[in-house]
Amino acid sequence: MRHKKRGNHLSRTTGHRKALMRNLAAQVFEYKEIKTTTAKAKELRSYVERLITYGKRGTLHHRRLAFRMLQNKDAVTNLFDEIAPAFESRAGGYTRVVKLGRRRGDGADLSLFQLVSFEKVAAPAKDETKKTRKKSAKGKKEEEKEGQVQKAQVEEQVTEEPKEEKPAKKDTKQDKKAAEVTEQPGEETVTEKDETAEEDETKQTENEDAKDKEDKPKK
Amino acid sequence: MAHPKRKLSRSKRDTRRAQWYAGIKTANLSACDNCGQKKLPHRVCPNCGHYKGRSVITPKGA
Ligand SMILES: [Zn+2]
Repeated sequence: MRHKKRGNHLSRTTGHRKALMRNLAAQVFEYKEIKTTTAKAKELRSYVERLITYGKRGTLHHRRLAFRMLQNKDAVTNLFDEIAPAFESRAGGYTRVVKLGRRRGDGADLSLFQLVSFEKVAAPAKDETKKTRKKSAKGKKEEEKEGQVQKAQVEEQVTEEPKEEKPAKKDTKQDKKAAEVTEQPGEETVTEKDETAEEDETKQTENEDAKDKEDKPKK
Repeated sequence: MAHPKRKLSRSKRDTRRAQWYAGIKTANLSACDNCGQKKLPHRVCPNCGHYKGRSVITPKGA
């Protein structure tokens, strides 16, 4: 019976498992975060947490204990000089396991094993934006060139159109006035009022002009 | 010893075997807090690489 026998054997012999944990821990101290299967990551937690505790003690004895577990000088120096000092104010819980999903190929459940406060956080989002910006920037430059040309053309059209239209409208209105005046010579006062009114109301719509036309014959 | 009285037809046999697929259930998906895409719960979003308000990985597509 395996009552109260803790830990995952990970389908390995003792020596194989020990070597695996040794390598994974050394890689954690070198790279700060590693991607591995969820089972290995969960098993790795107790190893790494104990090693960090050794690092916080910082004595030669604990350095030797750590080397006994790691068998890797670079990893031990990394642990004692760089990583352990960052956890001075933290009492345990130095590591985090974040689930990533399943691996394509064998469907293994993958996780990211992180050292808390050593996360490589900002990089991914920035890379994303940079890539999109680069792509969009290249596109935008071309688009902008085309857009500027188009805008310029449009602006020219816009500037030209009103000039053409306004005089034309004025001409037509003046023609209409003249026609009205010729048709109704007796009612000078009314036409004068209309002229002043129309000069003020050049901005009004044609419908109102039409109403004015309708009103005039009645008067 | 007891024996089957009749041969089981192909239809009966295949109907029984087809029930295995009826037991398969689709995963329950949750919406990503960052980008709103459907993702597996308690896992990093494969679309934007965020988990619990923190950018964890660089998504493969980007
Ligand atoms: Zn997302």
